Amino acid sequence: MSPLHLCLLISTGLFCIGLAGALARSNTILVLLGIELMLNAANINFIAFWRFGPSPVAGNGMIFVLFAIAVAAAEAAVGLALIIAVYRHQKNIRLQDSTTLKG
Amino acid sequence: MIPALFLIALLMLGSAAAAMLLRNLIHSALLLIVSWAGVAAFYLWAGAEFVAFAQILVYVGAISMVVLFAVLLTRQNQIIDTVIEPASRARAATAFTVAACVAAVFSAAILSTKFHPAAPEAPTASVKEIGLTLMNEHGGALLIVGLILTVALLGATILAATDRDEDQSQPSDAALPPKETP
Repeated sequence: MSPLHLCLLISTGLFCIGLAGALARSNTILVLLGIELMLNAANINFIAFWRFGPSPVAGNGMIFVLFAIAVAAAEAAVGLALIIAVYRHQKNIRLQDSTTLKG
Repeated sequence: MIPALFLIALLMLGSAAAAMLLRNLIHSALLLIVSWAGVAAFYLWAGAEFVAFAQILVYVGAISMVVLFAVLLTRQNQIIDTVIEPASRARAATAFTVAACVAAVFSAAILSTKFHPAAPEAPTASVKEIGLTLMNEHGGALLIVGLILTVALLGATILAATDRDEDQSQPSDAALPPKETP
């Protein structure tokens, strides 16, 4: 088994932990963090393919990851702001209770 | 080289799994910070130092603070949380089944794939090269990312900002039981 296989298996593990967390937890913050874990797993794949690819172009995988990290940061900020807005409205951040889109 | 990878993976996956299993939100958030630091350690292991430091700055430094603030701002009394409903147990079981199936499919696909052998020498990218690539080839994308970040952070501020008038004039429907008119 090559290092590339190992890296991909590790990122699979991280992705599935994030998926399980995002599906199982009822706290909105933990669901968002599960999604962040899945994004991190995707970034690990980019770096793994850049490092162990057959003919890596200098810096290509790293550029991908840098942009992905920037977009993930924006997503986390907006997500947490939405959570705080929902909390102010409902005094509660359980997903089961956020069933209406009423203003 | 490979033992270090196993250690990093253990740190990363162990803390992520513990974070998703624990019921204390603060502990979960702190363990997730450890997990993100583990991802940064993986980037260092793979020779992507610049990305590792970006990961530490953005995730371990910035997003962790935002998450901790969100956890503290939305904290409620822990008494409600101690009871686990049967519905959430069922949902957790379904989630674990789905995640295990996805993991099995991905692992089977990865293990049955034969990748091209890695390049003889490891790729290197100095900070200067990365900067030149970002500014030359990907200059447009960099501008768009800056725009996205600005718009997203402004939007986040507006979403989370308190609206005092609205809070006082119309209390939320969920917080108060509906009043019956006599």
